This record gives sequence, structure tokens and C-alpha cells, in this order.
Amino acid sequence: MALLEIENLVVEFQTATGPFRAVDGVSLSVHEGEVLAIVGESGSGKSVSMLAAMGLLPWTAKVTADRLAFNGRDLLKMPSAERRKIVGKDIAMIFQEPIASLNPCFTVGFQIEEVLRIHMGLDRAARRRRAIELFEAVGIPDPAERLGHFPHQMSGGQCQRVMIAIALACNPKLLIADEPTTALDVTIQKQILDLLMKLQQEYRMGLIMITHNMGVVAETADRVVVQYKGRKIEEADVLSLFESPKSNYTRALLAALPENATGDRLPTISELFNEQQALEGAAQ
Amino acid sequence: MTHVLEARNLVRDYHIPGSLFRKARTVHALKGVSFTVDEGKTLAIVGESGCGKSTLGRIITLIDPATAGELLIEGRKVDIASDGLTTEMRRKVQIVFQNPYGSLNPRQKIGDILAEPLVINTKVPAGERRERAMTMLKKVGLEEKHYNRYPHMFSGGQRQRIAIARALMLNPKLLVLDEPVSALDLSVQAQVLNLLADLQDEFKLTYVFISHDLSVVRYIADDVMVMYYGEAVEYGSRDEVFSNPQHSYTKTLFAATPRADVASIKARLARKNAA
Repeated sequence: MALLEIENLVVEFQTATGPFRAVDGVSLSVHEGEVLAIVGESGSGKSVSMLAAMGLLPWTAKVTADRLAFNGRDLLKMPSAERRKIVGKDIAMIFQEPIASLNPCFTVGFQIEEVLRIHMGLDRAARRRRAIELFEAVGIPDPAERLGHFPHQMSGGQCQRVMIAIALACNPKLLIADEPTTALDVTIQKQILDLLMKLQQEYRMGLIMITHNMGVVAETADRVVVQYKGRKIEEADVLSLFESPKSNYTRALLAALPENATGDRLPTISELFNEQQALEGAAQ
Repeated sequence: MTHVLEARNLVRDYHIPGSLFRKARTVHALKGVSFTVDEGKTLAIVGESGCGKSTLGRIITLIDPATAGELLIEGRKVDIASDGLTTEMRRKVQIVFQNPYGSLNPRQKIGDILAEPLVINTKVPAGERRERAMTMLKKVGLEEKHYNRYPHMFSGGQRQRIAIARALMLNPKLLVLDEPVSALDLSVQAQVLNLLADLQDEFKLTYVFISHDLSVVRYIADDVMVMYYGEAVEYGSRDEVFSNPQHSYTKTLFAATPRADVASIKARLARKNAA
């Protein structure tokens, strides 16, 4: 059974000029121990579809789906109190800007212990023990000391490690990483990706990597979903996607990578693919 | 032949004044960097955040003076700390910043943004300013109708085109590009890189391209300089640096860059199945 099943997800936002469809009929599923990458450019709806699954969208968003189930339980039909017990505990999320997504007013120790208090109901001493354990697992040196630090006292890479520790605090079954390394240097990016892959293997988690970086996809994913303008364009396992991409859009994306350049100009997406055709292809 | 840009042992220290609780200290942002760039060529400066690459960019753009060392532009020594900056020098060097959302004034129309360098540095009359702005607008792939619009009406890629157009208004010899494509999507990145290549051919521009993305650097650069903690640890032609990196930091940097080719995916999947 799939861990997360999404069928025909549609997300609309009410705007002054009428409803805007950010996600248009996306279906996907993630299994236990699997790494799924969702690739797309900005505006492709990749983050919005995952926020919808988490139930984190503002009330202006209208979310409908034929099926949106986690571990066999329908997320859309359950009462919101019930859903909040799952979100943050069994499904956890890591965001793009590590420094901005931590609360600057509290120590990192307080923020990680808050999760443990709410979801696990641990007492003070157990919370502290578990927090130190988690900081060790994500490779933060001197964890007991670091718990008393504020986010601004730590580097971007360290803050992202704290975010990962918070996400892992309740042993989630599914981890959603929304551009986890975009704001980081390549050397730090490598460390964070290696850490995520190691933890994913250790805990047998399902992992969804949202990214626009084809290199990150190649380094991490088992299976890949390509999105464009809110629609799913292609789904394939990682090797066949890079070896023989089916849709023109994926082909264009790969050709636009500077490392694949052959002449002295890069092919641009608009030369290589016809938007209308691609969207019709996705609709079928 | 004289080089368009030559740096000899540039040093930049920042003095952080002390306070009641903290001693004054000095940050050595640049510890003696030397290089040359010839006309129509691109020098890429690579390194992680805090390595001093943007400090170097500011010194080359004549925004910040160097603490020590010499900077020569077209063979002439420039020292803005003692001589100040003339409009003639300002016309030779321009810069494009990383974030096109922050570098354009939201209250100015595109036409005014493009004409402003001319207002400040030249005595060109208003009619001609308008004409030149229009020409430049078309040169970077935008249209006449965009002249009277505001920055918020444009996408990230279009804004970066506007920033490039503004930098070119004074016909500079040298353009400093501080991470010009790192905030852009892949498809837009390709368009902007192509635009930069076209403009370089047309105006014989010299680029100093600051970046941390090695795949972009490998595509665009003629020479590459790798910086680490304020020092140039590696400097040479692109092929030299990429095929035979000498310094251990350069090797780490190459190893850390994600690879998107089929062979490395196969290798990774094989490792994973074995584990």
C-alpha cells in the first residue's frame, strides 16, 4: 500500500480576477522507503500540491481531490483536530529557507522540544535527552551546548540541520523536503543531501524532494514526477527519465542544463517545446 | 597589449569597531589577489559564501576601495580612496546584481531606470536619452511597450534583462556579474546566459562572472579563479582548472557538485542496491 496517495488533486485560489488554478489534476503516490522527486520551474505548482497534502494552505485556497490519503486514511474527510495529529508527526516537512523558517525569538532547543511536547507528550528530562540524540543524528557538534543557541547564532547549513532534526523528532513515516538545499552552498548542499539520504535509509521513510535542480534529482531520487503549470507532464523512474525522457518539456529541461551544452549557445525551452502540445499531452 | 582589467595583490580589510562588550577586530576579506582579464573574455570567480568574491566584485566595480594593492583598468591605475571616482571611470565599469527583485527601484518606470545612468554621468539631452533607452530595451529582448511599465509587472528573467540593459547604458568596457542567474529558473537561466553571450560578441564586453554554480561557470568562462577564505587558491584557464584541479578545496568543490548524467545515476543506484 502506498504511504501517500493523491488522485486528481486540484487547488484553486480565489483572486480578484476570478479563480486561479495552481494545481490542475495531479496524481501521485509515494511508497515506504521510496524517494520521489517532484521537479518543475517556479509556478509549476510543486510546492502548492504538497502544502495541500499537508493542509497548510490558507483558507483562500480551495482543495479538491478524488483521493488524498495517508496510510490508507482519507485526509480530506477527517476532522481537522485528527489531521493535526498526523501532520508534523507522521508527515513532516522541511522548508527552503532554514533561517527564515525557524522562530528567531526562541532557542533551537525550545523549538525542537516543543514538537516533542505536543506530539509525543514526553516529560522535560526525556525531551532534553531526545533533543540531544536528534542533534547528534543530524551531525550538529556539541549538541547539549547548541540547544541553548538562537537561530541567528548558527550558519545556514546548521539551521537546516536543526530543521531536519525537528522534522525527524517524531519518527515521521513521510518526509517532504521543499527545496531543502537551494539557499545553501554546494559543499553544504552535498552534506545535507548525504545526511537526508542516510536518514531516509536508516528510518525507511518515504521522502518527497521538491526541487528545480536536475542535479539534486539525479543524486537522490528513485522516481521522478515532472510538473509544468500545475499539471503532471511526466512520471518515470530516475534512470529512464534522464536516459530517454518521454515528453518534450523534460527533454527541453535537460537540454537547457549548461553542462549538457554542445554549441556556444544554450537551447532554450521555448525553442524546444510547444506549450500547448505539452499541456494536451498531460491531459490525456 | 594592455589588459582591460588587472589586479595586483589586492587586499581588503574591514575594521569592525569595538563596543562595551566586544573588542575591535579586523576581518581580512581579501588577502592579496592578482589576476588579469583581456578584452572580450570572461573571468569566473568561484567560491562559497564568505570567501570574499563579492568584496572583490565591489572593488572591481569601484564601489569599495582596496586597502592595499593595485587595480588597473585599461592599463591605468585607479585608486578611488585617494583620487575619488570620475564619471569617466564610472562609465567603464558597471555591475549586475544577483537579485533582480531588489536591485530595481519599484517606484521608477523602466524607461527612467534605464535613463538614470545617463542623467548622472553624461550631459545627453532628454530626447536622446529616451531614444537610447528604447534601443537598449530592444537589444536585451524586451519591447517598446515595456518602456512605461514598473518593475513589479515583470518576471524575474525580464527584470534581470532590465538590470543588464541598465548596466550597458553607458557602453562600459567591463561588466561585473554578481551571481546574475542564480535566482532564475533553468529555462530563464539559459535565455539570460545566451543574451550575455550575444552582448559580449556584439560589444566586445569583458565579463567578471561571480558564481558558485560550477556548471554555469564551465559553460561561460574563459578563465576561472577559485577563492577560499579571501585567497585565490586556484587560477587558470577553464580547461586547466576543470581537468586538473590542484588545490584540495577545488577538488572538494567539484566532488560536491551534483551530476546529472546517466553514468553517475547508474553508479548511485548500483551503490544503493549494494547497501
